[in-house]
Amino acid sequence: MRTIPLQEAVEMIPSGASIMVGGFMGIGTPELIVDELVRQGKGDLTIIANDTASPGVGIGKLVRAGLVRRFIVSHIGLNPETQKMMMDGTIIVDLVPQGTLAERIRAGGCGLGGVLTPTGVGTLAEVGKSKIEVDGKTFLLETALRADFALLHAFISDYVGNLSYALTARNFNPLMAMAATTVIVHADNIVPVGVIAPDHVMTPGPLVDYVVAKG
Amino acid sequence: MDPQTIIAKRIAEELKDGMLVNLGIGIPTQVANFVPAGMRVYFQSENGLIGTGPVPEAGMAAPFLTDAGGRPVTALPGASTFDSAMSFGLIRGGHVDVTVLGGLEVDQCGRLANWMIPGKMIPGMGGAMDLVTGAKRVIVAMQHTAKNRPKIVRECSLPLTSERSIDLLVTELAVIAFPDRRATLVELSPGVSLAQVLAGTQAELVIPDYLQAASCNA
Repeated sequence: MRTIPLQEAVEMIPSGASIMVGGFMGIGTPELIVDELVRQGKGDLTIIANDTASPGVGIGKLVRAGLVRRFIVSHIGLNPETQKMMMDGTIIVDLVPQGTLAERIRAGGCGLGGVLTPTGVGTLAEVGKSKIEVDGKTFLLETALRADFALLHAFISDYVGNLSYALTARNFNPLMAMAATTVIVHADNIVPVGVIAPDHVMTPGPLVDYVVAKG
Repeated sequence: MDPQTIIAKRIAEELKDGMLVNLGIGIPTQVANFVPAGMRVYFQSENGLIGTGPVPEAGMAAPFLTDAGGRPVTALPGASTFDSAMSFGLIRGGHVDVTVLGGLEVDQCGRLANWMIPGKMIPGMGGAMDLVTGAKRVIVAMQHTAKNRPKIVRECSLPLTSERSIDLLVTELAVIAFPDRRATLVELSPGVSLAQVLAGTQAELVIPDYLQAASCNA
């Protein structure tokens, strides 16, 4: 892990990149990094996240700024701007059941080709997917997801990038920390090594490439 | 009592001490208000919390403690938090005893449609498909009709949430179960006649003798 100024962190991300963004309705989303993406106008992005938050909040800022080409998300119901842009064809939205999205990201981070899930069998979610029988039960083959970058929010990072998250701000962050080529974290608190006890580390430091420096 | 309250109160009667329960947004959220005092039910919020408590008092919201709609909640003593893979492992893995979800349509073999209206409203399925697939018991909270149009239909016109048949449907007029994937009327709400229920239902309903009789006496 190395620390990096916010501006430099976002300069590493090219337009057209695929990016996983942590958070659930904006809770656990690295708001400062999103703001800087908007400021630098990085466009044509593919965003993998749980949802598109609400208008002007978290990932909703990327929607409003017109920086996203394609979303892979489970829910856009609380952001009418995303729904409108999906229906008028400005952006592509692949809707994925939330548990399937979590497992596809986990698989991507764990070296698996995908997972077998019963979720979505017999619904629109099965279109274009292989069905596999195991012990008489039908499953969908859902393939792994990886991205060029993961932009994460942590409550605490220590000097080597060990992370700890707060309450419901954890959500997709630890899964995404394993599934992207370059992992960039904004932490609310940066503390000396040892402050997070080994048993309380939720994402081990070696998974983190950059922690955004304070100020 | 308004329809939502009638539905939420009736569903609360289905909960038992020690259960792990997931409530969807809308009418299902209100079920938590009618859990009897002294009964301990663990509410899961799929954004990564077991032990969801009531909305905090003004000025006391914790920024990192919300429900699945992003609204501030509290955590009760004994609460636990976890990531999204664990949260859906609980849901898909059959560890959640009851899920209560809203509905747009339910068909006569108990299949639910609740995640999109093509061309009009496409919120996405969020956690709904996993919940209906994996929870031990699926209860749907839904008003019986929408603008006088039946929502309990022969076959769903909207995209399905799951092939699985739900276990119980509670409306302001009736309670319907789905043994052997057949819509079966099990209760009429107080003061509601069988004729009223039939008038608002398109699906073919199995009517047990005791409800036929009740209707004759009314």
